[in-house]
Amino acid sequence: MTYPMEKLREEKVFKDPVHRYVHVRDRVIWDLIGTKEFQRLRRIKQLGTTYLTFHGAEHSRFNHSLGVYEIVRRIADDVFKGSPEWNEEDRLLSLCAALLHDLGHGPFSHSFEKVFDLDHEYFTRAIILGETEVNKVLSKVSKDFPKKVAEVIAKTSKNKLVVSLISSQIDADRMDYLQRDAYFTGVSYGHFDMERILRVMQPTEDQVVFKQSGMHAVEDYIMSRYQMYWQVYFHPVTRSAEVILTKILHRAKQLHETSYSFKSQPVHFYSMFNGEMKLQDYIKLDEAVILYYFQMWQEEEDSILRDLCCRFMNRNLYKYSEFDPAKEYKKLAELSILFERAGIDPDYYLVVDSSSDLPYDFYRPGEEEERLPIQLLMKKGDIRELSRESEIVDAISGKRRTDHKLYYPADFLYDDSSEPAIKKEIRRLLDLE
Amino acid sequence: MKSLLKDHAKIIHAIAASEEIIGRKKLQKMVYIAKKMTFPFQERFQFHFYGPYSEELTLRVEELCNMGFLDEWKEKKGGYYQYRYTLTDNGKEFLSLNPVSMPNIQEIMSDMNNQNARFLELVSTILYFDNLPKEEVIEKVFTLKSKQRYTEEEIDQAYQYIANLKEKAVKTDC
Repeated sequence: MTYPMEKLREEKVFKDPVHRYVHVRDRVIWDLIGTKEFQRLRRIKQLGTTYLTFHGAEHSRFNHSLGVYEIVRRIADDVFKGSPEWNEEDRLLSLCAALLHDLGHGPFSHSFEKVFDLDHEYFTRAIILGETEVNKVLSKVSKDFPKKVAEVIAKTSKNKLVVSLISSQIDADRMDYLQRDAYFTGVSYGHFDMERILRVMQPTEDQVVFKQSGMHAVEDYIMSRYQMYWQVYFHPVTRSAEVILTKILHRAKQLHETSYSFKSQPVHFYSMFNGEMKLQDYIKLDEAVILYYFQMWQEEEDSILRDLCCRFMNRNLYKYSEFDPAKEYKKLAELSILFERAGIDPDYYLVVDSSSDLPYDFYRPGEEEERLPIQLLMKKGDIRELSRESEIVDAISGKRRTDHKLYYPADFLYDDSSEPAIKKEIRRLLDLE
Repeated sequence: MKSLLKDHAKIIHAIAASEEIIGRKKLQKMVYIAKKMTFPFQERFQFHFYGPYSEELTLRVEELCNMGFLDEWKEKKGGYYQYRYTLTDNGKEFLSLNPVSMPNIQEIMSDMNNQNARFLELVSTILYFDNLPKEEVIEKVFTLKSKQRYTEEEIDQAYQYIANLKEKAVKTDC
């Protein structure tokens, strides 16, 4: 039997709290899971700093990647198999892309990407196409197979049906993370009837469509996504932790640029500081490495770095106020000046953070921000866009919700041992008095 | 106000340099191309139906409209709406309080503003695949952009255009 078709003598199963079991029969998938680049995902949390808000959210990108793989496997083997629109040769491509879609994520990737101008999608491609164990496994399938997998993940593949399984407004990635994140955070949102959704899926030439009879299950999925974004992903306390994390990275970078002598030399950060991140250095990074530095930097000479690390490690986070940039940007400028006069550096201790989400959108010809819409297969065989049939989805379609908050260390502002008058004025402006 | 809202200031600066930008797609492509010419925009782009697209940029522009720094005019154009962006007086004031150093971006933005959105879509798509050899880029354009029916001549023009822009950007750095 050729390598792409090779099956394990005995099926391997991973116990999973969301899907009960993750089933692996293909040799290629088993070999990919065993690579060091994939095992690294065990050491990167799926939800970054969310564990500081929801203590159960310690699950990893490894868990999630297996979950996405399992959903796509079920679609390919139980739902699409035998359908004239489904090419059985795309099965392995879909499974590999599902399993590897988050491979390039680094530790706390949202903050790292912002500060060091990194891009996890670039590193996903680099790991798949570079000199790695993952590449060796994929190349055994065929010489151009790594490239095909990378193109599906980057959404630049001509195989749009396979791309839509991994990346669209209702895809295996979202279906897994909504349920998994709900389970581990312990919230009651995020649940929907995935079994029903899988049963009403049908492949077409360039995307998945859903039988009209499953519309309510799809509605439920859209609403649970909406609630998860605002209740979990954009939780203001999580954002506070992320603000501090981002500022730690900024401070460390700035200190490096001014030749500060660290007590604990940030060896693993040098390539990021210098903007020359190489693949092999990137793969060495995980959350254990980063948290080691944060732990050690609590004893640094630099008071800002020391304070920020203490805050992060001991969960002494910034407080927040609602902020309307349209009306309050002048107040922000005023606060910034007052912070400086009070000896509190506003670059590190006064931060505007914005979150925004568009729960569902549909195609509008000529506009740029079009997304691949969710299509319903009607009883008479015609295709209708979801929001034209569902009043619930229509009510939230194209409606972006944005939230701005202003973060600051309230404990500094209540410490009247220095500049009490200025701090009082700051508190007044922030409605803390 | 130090670095607070500095990414907003960069977008305002880019639109001010263009005087007026017609079409969201055009705005997206102009910022992406300028970023590829090493102007320091922070928004991240992914490949989309019309080529590179940034959700963050969409959000930032919407915020700037809400903040009253940008005017957004919505015009019915055949079967769809077109958006026109200009700077307001408040936007000009904000920019004067938050100056951005992007020397000569005006030349690059004005040049792009004189091109149509279809051509900029091609240019940005080519730049998105700039790690690939030209033959593969052409294949990508023909497969991913089949509906636009770009010709090889247009692709050559786009390559020439990129080379010219790069020269201007290098001049910009001096």
